Parts: sequence; structure tokens; C-alpha cells
Amino acid sequence: MKRVLILLLLLSGLVALPGRVSAAEYIIDTSKAHAFIQFKISHLGYSWLLGRFNRFEGSFSFDKTEPEASKVNISIDVKSVDTNHAERDKHLRSKDFFDVKRYPSAKFTSTGFKVTGERSAVMTGNFTLHGVTKEIMIDVKQVGEGKDPWGGYRSGFEGSTTLTLKDFNITKNLGPASATVDLYFSFEGIRQ
Amino acid sequence: MALRLTNTDESFGAVSIVLHWGMALMVFGLFALGLYMTGLEYTDPWYTSAPHIHKSFGLLLFAFAVFRLGWRLGNPTPGMVRMPVWESGTALFVHWLLYSLLLCLPISGYLISTADGRGIELFNWFTVPSLLSGIDAQEDIAGAIHLYLAFFIILVSGLHTAAALKHHFINKDSTLLRMIRIRR
Repeated sequence: MKRVLILLLLLSGLVALPGRVSAAEYIIDTSKAHAFIQFKISHLGYSWLLGRFNRFEGSFSFDKTEPEASKVNISIDVKSVDTNHAERDKHLRSKDFFDVKRYPSAKFTSTGFKVTGERSAVMTGNFTLHGVTKEIMIDVKQVGEGKDPWGGYRSGFEGSTTLTLKDFNITKNLGPASATVDLYFSFEGIRQ
Repeated sequence: MALRLTNTDESFGAVSIVLHWGMALMVFGLFALGLYMTGLEYTDPWYTSAPHIHKSFGLLLFAFAVFRLGWRLGNPTPGMVRMPVWESGTALFVHWLLYSLLLCLPISGYLISTADGRGIELFNWFTVPSLLSGIDAQEDIAGAIHLYLAFFIILVSGLHTAAALKHHFINKDSTLLRMIRIRR
């Protein structure tokens, strides 16, 4: 009796799978760190300063047959900013920059997805940083998708955009070369 | 005749007196410099050198504080002038509070700069290594403690100063003078 029940449960799971495929919900694999949010800003115009956010989470939905319906939601713990220098990170968390006490998280919610090439698209969405919400455009590219060796299914994207600090009310003067910051991310989603 | 270096039961020696005023000067200097440097614009010429000087003097202050504690324990302490027990008790409490602040302030500052495992350059003489790093939010917690303790030591020093002036001008006793006059 028990075996039959288990068999029935397994079968019902199999039957339900095709329905899930078209929904294609992905959780971004932050627990195993196959996802990165990095930034790059000019230092005095002479070199680059690179940093990243170590803690964030998010999900997306994507379907090859219906890419324009793709959706992304990301939430970043701004406190986790990491530029490999504790004093600088402390300064970045302060009121001079992110003011993490007042604005602990940054959020991105997509509003549109326009396919521009075989694997590329422009995603629009609302990005909230430092308490300011602004519509931004991100160039995204699918890196690949398929079965993983452990019985799951994964899909990965990378993307980049350039933000102007003043747009997000971050007004600390870092010099004329450092008014904008380049954002780059790479997200691997595990299909649910 | 040479100046007396060590304390006696009646008077402070040169070492105690120089340490007292030298460290007092350092505390107020470091406090002012700390406030000044954290408010500097990124493009200010002092933006990198002011923290360097602050950290170097802060580390020196710690070394002096350790030495001073040893000196205090290894030397007689001149008895206080006659005063009510609550007054002498408060004075003693404030003295030890100041000693502990003189130790804790540099330690908390040190823990900010060394939170990522980097050492601190003591002027350009040598680098003091990081001994404790990687605690979650270490630089933020140490930073908050450093700031609050800095305001606190200024407050307590102010109390200490007010008491010394009260002894000098109201009680007209030798409390302040014996920390100024070096006996032969």
C-alpha cells in the first residue's frame, strides 16, 4: 500500500513537470555563490576600483519560447559592500555614500524585457538605491542553460549597466572621473 | 642636581608629570584631528596623511598608556591632599577610568584599521600587524565604540580638569601644582 502511494506521488510529480517548465521560475543560486554583483568606478581617472556586494538574493522567470515575459527581482544587502578594504567599506556604508542605517537594502524589479539578439536583450526596471527609485536599463545576455550534473536545471545570465551616483542622491565628490559607476552581474538560476 | 624621575609618597617625579601632560596633549590633539580628518573632502591634500598621523600617534598613545600603567603600579603614588572620602574616592575612580579609556581608545581604533587583516604603519618606521580581524562588521562596531569613547574621554577629562581647577582656585591647595612642579 505504501509503495503504491509513493509511486502515485512520484507519477503525479512527473505529470506536473511539463506545466512547471512553461512557468520556468528560477531562484538565483546565492547559497552556493554562483551569482555575483560587482561594480567598478574610476579612481581619479588613473585606475579602477572594483568591489562587490556579498549578500543578495533574487529570482527570475525565463522561458526561451516567450523571452519578453521574463521577470527579475533582486534584493541586495547594501551593508555587504566589499572593496577589499575595511576602512573604505566602512566609509561606503556611512552617510557619505550608501547610508546603510537608513537604506539597508537596494532592490531591482524588472518592468520590461526587449530581445535585441539571439542571446541578448535590454531589461528595464526600477532600481532602488539610497532611498531613490529610478528606472534603469540593463544590457543582459544569456550565457547558457541546461541540465546540471546533479539532477537540476540551470540558466545563467550576465548583464551590465552604468549608474550616475548623483541620480541616486549620492553626492560625495570623488572627482570628475568618478561620477558614474559600472555595474556588472552574473546570475545563475536554478529552476524550481 | 638632577631632576627627580620617580615618584615619592609626597610628590610626582618627572616621568609621571611628563607622561601626564604629554598624553593629555595627545588625547586632545587626537580628538581634534579625528574629527577634522573624518570631515575632509576626498580631494583634500590632508585626506590620506591626516589619518596616517592620527593612527601613528594613537598607537604611540597606547604604548605610553601601557608604560604609564606599569609606572603607576611600580611607583609610590603621592597621597592626596586632605579632602572628604567621597571626593578622594571619586578622584581615584576618575583616574582609573581615564587609564582604562587611554587603553581602550587606541585598541578600538586599531581594530577599525586592522579589520581586514592589514597592519597599521606607525609613521614610516614599521608596520604594526593585525592581530584580530574578520569579525562580522568589525570595522563598524569598532568605529562606533571608538567614536563614543572619544567623546567620553573628553567629557571625563573635562571633569578631571574642572576638579583640578576647583582645588587650585577654590580650595587653594597643592593638587594642581604638584602635577606641574618637578622637584629636585
